[in-house]
Amino acid sequence: MSEGLITAAYVVAAVLFILALGGLSNQEKAKRAIWYGIVGMALAVGATIAATSATPGTGHLWLIATMVVIGGITGWVVANRVQMTQMPELVAGFHSLVGLAAVFIGINADLEMTRALAAREAGTVAELAGFAATIAKKSAAELSILKVELFLGILIGAITFTGSVVAYGKLAGKLSSSALTLPGRHALNLVALITCFVLGYLYLGGAGLWTMIAVAIIAGLIGSHLILAIGGADMPVVVSMLNSYSGWAAAAIGFTLGNDLLIVTGALVGSSGAILSYIMCKGMNRSFISVILGGWGGETQSAAAVDGEMIAADADTVASALSEADSVIIVPGYGMAVAQAQGSVSELTKKLRDQGKSVRFAIHPVAGRLPGHMNVLLAEAKVPYDIVLEMEEINEDFPDTDAVIVIGANDIVNPAAQDDPGSPIAGMPVLEVWKARQVFVCKRGRGTGYSGIENPLFFKDNTRMFYGDAKASMDAVLRELG
Amino acid sequence: MTPESAGRLQKLGYECIVESGAGMAASITDAAYEAAGVEVVPSAADLWNNADVIVKVREPSDEEIDAAPDGKILIGFVWPASNEALLEKMKARHMTVLAMDMVPRISRAQKMDALSSMANIAGYRAVVEAGNNFGRFFMGQMTAAGKVPPARVLVVGAGVAGLAAIGTSVALGAITLAFDVRPEVAEQIESMGAEFVFLDFEEAQSDGAETGGYAAPSSPEFRQKQLEKFRELAPDVDIVITTALIPNRPAPELWTEDMVEAMKPGSVIVDLAAERGGNCALTRADEKVVTDNDVTIIGYTDFPSRMATQSSNLYASNIRHMVDDLTPDKDGTPVIDMDDDVIRGALVTHDGEITWPPPPPKVKAIAAAAPKKKEPEETAEEKSAREAAELRKSLNRTGLMLGVGGLLCLGLGTVAPPSFMQHLIVFVLSVFVGYHVIWGVAHSLHTPLMAITNAISSIIIVGALLQVASGSSLVMIVAAISILMASVNIFGGFLVTRRMLAMFQRS
Repeated sequence: MSEGLITAAYVVAAVLFILALGGLSNQEKAKRAIWYGIVGMALAVGATIAATSATPGTGHLWLIATMVVIGGITGWVVANRVQMTQMPELVAGFHSLVGLAAVFIGINADLEMTRALAAREAGTVAELAGFAATIAKKSAAELSILKVELFLGILIGAITFTGSVVAYGKLAGKLSSSALTLPGRHALNLVALITCFVLGYLYLGGAGLWTMIAVAIIAGLIGSHLILAIGGADMPVVVSMLNSYSGWAAAAIGFTLGNDLLIVTGALVGSSGAILSYIMCKGMNRSFISVILGGWGGETQSAAAVDGEMIAADADTVASALSEADSVIIVPGYGMAVAQAQGSVSELTKKLRDQGKSVRFAIHPVAGRLPGHMNVLLAEAKVPYDIVLEMEEINEDFPDTDAVIVIGANDIVNPAAQDDPGSPIAGMPVLEVWKARQVFVCKRGRGTGYSGIENPLFFKDNTRMFYGDAKASMDAVLRELG
Repeated sequence: MTPESAGRLQKLGYECIVESGAGMAASITDAAYEAAGVEVVPSAADLWNNADVIVKVREPSDEEIDAAPDGKILIGFVWPASNEALLEKMKARHMTVLAMDMVPRISRAQKMDALSSMANIAGYRAVVEAGNNFGRFFMGQMTAAGKVPPARVLVVGAGVAGLAAIGTSVALGAITLAFDVRPEVAEQIESMGAEFVFLDFEEAQSDGAETGGYAAPSSPEFRQKQLEKFRELAPDVDIVITTALIPNRPAPELWTEDMVEAMKPGSVIVDLAAERGGNCALTRADEKVVTDNDVTIIGYTDFPSRMATQSSNLYASNIRHMVDDLTPDKDGTPVIDMDDDVIRGALVTHDGEITWPPPPPKVKAIAAAAPKKKEPEETAEEKSAREAAELRKSLNRTGLMLGVGGLLCLGLGTVAPPSFMQHLIVFVLSVFVGYHVIWGVAHSLHTPLMAITNAISSIIIVGALLQVASGSSLVMIVAAISILMASVNIFGGFLVTRRMLAMFQRS
């Protein structure tokens, strides 16, 4: 296969990838968009295999085939088995693979470069195959650039890898989701990063592979430490950030290998993840830096104490309030995902809608542990997407709403964000549920939310607390509604 | 105090005492009080002697004050503006007096605003009284015996009482019209289901919000226009409920004699302002008059007392909230906090001083309304100037970024080989394309977006594929592992995205 044909295939693949991402602008187009992505990927892989098969020796073809088949089956099985509530950890887990692959390919590139240079000196360049042959043609300046790219690829790849593994552990509940705050952690990260750059400089000066392996290890430590320091509710930002990193790692490797398709795709993925992180940060009114540096920081001001009492309600009360209401808005949060309550919520929605009531869902940008997490769960439970609305679309409607059910959400409905400038979440956009005539908060216990902030909503006159597991509570309400 | 509110007061650390028979009018027996743990004493005098905090409805009589021991706390309606002599007497007795009628109208104090509670009852009762004296249905009906036209009700003054009257009248099915001098209440009137009577009149209206939500006296021209409008409406309406009051002034006369004459026989006028002289010229306080043309004019001033149970309930909870605020520590000791706007506002005498009138509250009654009107006044020049400034700012920022970016590129270009620069072009353009494409993605599809970008980022497999055909077996193995990992990702990523997208469905 000629160079020209391969490039042509890459161009088509790149365009298809762009279409695949662009197609996600609405639900109907999205179903087609995924096929653009699949075809693009098939094209890219096919063309690359065809290109390498031009080189002598066919043993590697079998190797490729075996690996793709094994990997494909594993991926297939995992993707089919996973629950929609486990989506965040699955995505994080997948990211780690990309990160690790980037590290491996970077190290490989170095190995090949060493071989190519050795061959050049020995005058046996003609015997080289594949990537090594490409490298052998490079000039000294190009080689330095290559080394820089390689270094960046490994650095970002390793951060992505360990970061994703830790994120996976936190999201899957295998690690504590609270933020780990070591003393002097910022200094620690900084020192580690500087060490990496020093090693990179040494590598550029001619030090061998060991520098790169050391970079991979230190960057891995940075990655894990960085994510360990970030708490549960910031996970949407973390996952999108890792998504972004996996893209940048691919782009860096693309530079190393001189492959435009990798660069294009990496840049697409990288900017996509960056924008998602930006949207998530805006949803919490926090700067990206403060999220990445972890926790709610040391500057926890004492928020204004709340007076008044929480009034509890039982399923019967909730059911009768719902049957009297004409318009209902449901605000789901991470608690709904934890309790797997989306099925019951969907049933409740259906029942209320059958009685001619208007039932809608209000989704806060950072509800859940993944951007758009709630939408996916509700879609899984067969809640029609046209009644699932974003915060901006629905916030003005709360004053005209008879009843609001908050299921397992806390900070995203905290009025302190608007009223109390001393609150750590002051200025964060929130769903203004308290403006509705009546609010029911379905919650496991009396504790505060992730951020540890008291929620004045729970003490408002029109709020009733409905304690219990989200799923059990919803089922109880369903029974009462008969 | 009701038995229910007594329970709440006990929780605040107070012991409760009630005069025997105090609850009879509201159908609360002494036994009910006793059951709630309230001590019942035979006379008011005993109460004055035993209690530290005395709660009344009306202002205390001179005898009561004379007989009262020094230093008591009294809560009740006092009307300090018209009862200066009384204030002096209470001052002499070192009483701490909290006037329920002086509770400022701020959001936080709504729960203790007894005037509103009473006005609410009066508004409701006014409609009920009117219905009682009106010979027809409120609601229009088509019966087998013929058509019944709905009653037409006009409510003048849409304060708390007016709005309550509107609500009740609408609920009964009458066609309800309402008028108020404050145009900004039109929205509230319409939200209650009544029709706002618009006046064709241009005047710089003072904003009701500035006067604490009460009406201010209007100009003679305005009044003329208003009366004209009423004259026009008089023959058509069956029931008129007037609630117009201006703070510390006699009630304005809005329904003149000729209007009463113009009304149909059998019509009813309920004048809630009777105590202050009445909005209707023919109103006599505390009496029901029937005019020559058979129009009934009701001038009762005791509407809340006519619904004693409801009034007692509401007043009791107003009082309870007031006491709640007085007892921040919930230990049964009242604390007079002079910094508290609500308590300071209600406080008329304290420590042998007259503390009325209070300083203006720190919190504006309705803060948001006033500045809104000023916004559209931005002139065209100002607007264009502002927009130009914004544009310049954003241009400056873009320019700066382009400059820095350009310099960086130049710097790179001087050292980097051309092959790198070509890749850089591709990279930068892709970032821009990605940026624009991703902003178009629907919020609800962010999870599928992550899954699909994840699948796509495993394009890194291409790198591994390029390396796998290597002469070195180490390189080959590492590349093979990379291929394995990337293919897990490709298949898993696309599949899971497809699963998710398939779930999204329209209703």
